[in-house]
Amino acid sequence: MNYEDMEFFAPGHRACAGCAAPIIVKWVLKLAGPNTIVVNATGCLEVFSTPYPHSAWRLPWIHVAFENASATASGIEAALKAMGKKEGTNIIVFGGDGGTSDIGIQSLSGMAERGHDVLYVLYDNEAYMNTGIQRSSSTPFGAWTTTSQVGPSKPLGKEEFKKPIADIMAAHKIPYVATANPAFLPDFKAKVQKALSIKGPKFIHTISSCTTGWRHDPSKTIEIMRLATETGIFPLWEIENGDFGHRKITYMPKQRKPVEEYLKPQGRFRHLFSEPEKIKEIQKMVDDWWAQYEHPQ
Amino acid sequence: MKITKGVVISEPGSTALEETGSWRTFRPEIRYEKCIRCMICWNYCPEPAIEKKPGEEYPVANQKLIKMPVPVINYQYCKGCGICVNECPTKAIDFVREEK
Repeated sequence: MNYEDMEFFAPGHRACAGCAAPIIVKWVLKLAGPNTIVVNATGCLEVFSTPYPHSAWRLPWIHVAFENASATASGIEAALKAMGKKEGTNIIVFGGDGGTSDIGIQSLSGMAERGHDVLYVLYDNEAYMNTGIQRSSSTPFGAWTTTSQVGPSKPLGKEEFKKPIADIMAAHKIPYVATANPAFLPDFKAKVQKALSIKGPKFIHTISSCTTGWRHDPSKTIEIMRLATETGIFPLWEIENGDFGHRKITYMPKQRKPVEEYLKPQGRFRHLFSEPEKIKEIQKMVDDWWAQYEHPQ
Repeated sequence: MKITKGVVISEPGSTALEETGSWRTFRPEIRYEKCIRCMICWNYCPEPAIEKKPGEEYPVANQKLIKMPVPVINYQYCKGCGICVNECPTKAIDFVREEK
């Protein structure tokens, strides 16, 4: 049964104009269909989808704290199993990068280790956008946030590297881990469908542009996310059963664009353009990652 | 809207009773004679404020497309982010300032 023409995420929610999170959510739910239970970690998505006294969800939905979304999903799965009602029900967790890479990683790791049949979708907007753009472990190197300020004595913004959360999840040897980008919608849909067809814990890391925190025009949301993959900064791949040797790159750019094209339209990287060596450093990191997958023709 | 004690949600997806269209400063307007009905705007609308409607009664770029559904913007919800304007492959969506 195809539910693509149905909307399980209602309009009228309070996401900022140009937010990518509702695009990710609406597509995951369209592919999952009505037999789905959604668990939502604290974060932007939870706040904007349930403005009192309303809810944008047309599916069973439970909000829990940052740290225990995966634990709650595990419990729901175990309870459904005990009642003999698990068959055919999708359990999907939506978490932001704070609720996944930082605060929720212990319960996520536990869920993966115990092998619960849950799909975890991380929408990664690369900072705590809900509370006012504070850095998270998922904020990329060099980015400005309100807690990685830029000034004369600190020209860089965030000085640490982005936590490779999808690799960490793949190291749990769970059946399916993928990175996905809604700007590449056919690839995104294929990955969600594949994940839903597999039993066991699944993890999809999606990039989710935040017009407010990334400081770009709302209309450029999809364009910038597309550039993230075309420049190679956010590569699209999948790993099954923790087999890093067979990381499947699902989108191989013919010619990777220079990282400047991705950094330039975003205000959070504006200061880097007076520090050209830092841009070279970012380019080198990207090149180094791709070196193992790009073979000279 | 009557506010009850405690969180009682009257129906699933009740945010649809609300209006977010008042957030808009620019208004996307589809020019159907240029629209090729590819539905990319519908794919990417974050609200979703773009609905799929039967296409027979709308102007069409090419008669071959007449049976295909068309995107129709619901201005009750459209926040005017402009993603559809930016992504439209035929530039069939105008972005015009809202006048009061």
